[in-house]
Amino acid sequence: MSISRFFKTIFMVDFLGGLFMAIKEFFKPKKTINYPFEKGKISPRFRGEHALRRYPNGEERCIACKLCEAVCPAQAITIESAQREDGSRKTTRYDIDMMKCIYCGLCEESCPVDAIVQGPNFEFSTETREELYYTKEKLLDNGDRWENVLDANIKADNIHR
Amino acid sequence: MEYFNIVFDEVYKILFLLVPVLVSVAMIVWLDRRIWAFVQKRQGPNVVGPFGLFQSLADALKYIFKEMIIPSSSNKVIFILAPIVTMTLALIAWAVIPFSATQVLADINVGILYLFAVSSLGVYGIIMGGWASNSKYPFLGAIRSAAQMVSYEVSIGVIIINVLLCVGSLNLNDIVIAQENIWFVIPLFPMFVIFFISALAETNRPPFDLPEAEAELVAGYQTEYSGMMYAMFWLGEYANILLMCAMGAILFLGGWLSPIELYPFTLIPGAIWLILKILLLFFLFALVKAIVPRYRYDQLMRLGWKVFLPFSLIWVVLTASYLFYFNLLPVK
Repeated sequence: MSISRFFKTIFMVDFLGGLFMAIKEFFKPKKTINYPFEKGKISPRFRGEHALRRYPNGEERCIACKLCEAVCPAQAITIESAQREDGSRKTTRYDIDMMKCIYCGLCEESCPVDAIVQGPNFEFSTETREELYYTKEKLLDNGDRWENVLDANIKADNIHR
Repeated sequence: MEYFNIVFDEVYKILFLLVPVLVSVAMIVWLDRRIWAFVQKRQGPNVVGPFGLFQSLADALKYIFKEMIIPSSSNKVIFILAPIVTMTLALIAWAVIPFSATQVLADINVGILYLFAVSSLGVYGIIMGGWASNSKYPFLGAIRSAAQMVSYEVSIGVIIINVLLCVGSLNLNDIVIAQENIWFVIPLFPMFVIFFISALAETNRPPFDLPEAEAELVAGYQTEYSGMMYAMFWLGEYANILLMCAMGAILFLGGWLSPIELYPFTLIPGAIWLILKILLLFFLFALVKAIVPRYRYDQLMRLGWKVFLPFSLIWVVLTASYLFYFNLLPVK
């Protein structure tokens, strides 16, 4: 042990340095937030809860092309389609098993009409599994509820695509 | 009837001491977590009550309503006795702590020896808990803890001898009064530092928290404990920390004496000064927890036996020679 190291040890130089640094850090602003009351900033690309969007005139965007169903790596999406009276092809069933979903965002990427999107909501935990089998009604309802945010997010993210 | 009056009087005095101690233990747990969090730039518990002050009470309620699991292979009597012993020993030591010249539950003339003896007995709770669990991690934790506490008690004992040489009495009030001119922290500063570090080891605080080193021993001697028994270990541990802080404040920081003997300061009662000094020491305890990594076991033993013990022994000789040479020995 060299002499300088010996004196450094008995006068606890490193320890005192650490102590003063701790006191300095003590008064600095905190990096964490009070989560349920404050929330962190979320990117417009955030892949949260799914939603099915509508056109402004109220018509569903989804054309039942089943690209999302095909691309889904977790096979969480189930779609059944039929022809409507006016001749357009629409889904009769659009289910997402939110427990299978891995939130990769491929459904959103593959959609040619921006119908299925993943919104900014990540607080949709439930008490039973059944509540997490999302049906078409639930997804459309999500779309209606979040439409303003979803639209703004797609516009904000568009310049990067 | 007279007999009952005396008993009632004593019980009243004991409760008047114990209830504030228990409440302050709960507060000190909150303070510890909060300081720890602040150093790491986190918020710490701040939801239950104003600034999260009632966090410990909420935790205590949670522990009370939890199931107590007693392992089938354990020695049940000792298993249940261990947390009781830990907590009782941590609390009875408060009997001799003087809060002012007159406010002390038991003004016995071997106060410091009593304090030392009771804090040394604390290791029994841990050994009993670790042994009675009949499981490997608690047992290893208890062995480590016993070795560690015994080693550092030796240097604490020698440090106390240093102070006693300057005081000439074992009574805690006399120790405080002897510091009227100058607090012992100034002439005996190296001893204060060693006392502080030994107190960390004695109470199993980081960097000496080997008995509950979670990376290797799960939770040490507490592994098999749950519910209220765990909470009692936890209370006892923090009561011990508070006690070591009080001991440091009395031995080195002038106990209930006010730091400046001037008019506005002397109005403040001694108990407040003692509490402020305890809080100052506890603040250091909490800061140290936030900044140091855990010692290795052989480093811990080396520090205790090969550094602290010889150093404090040499200091005893130095203090004694100094006092003898200048005829300052406090002979009564």
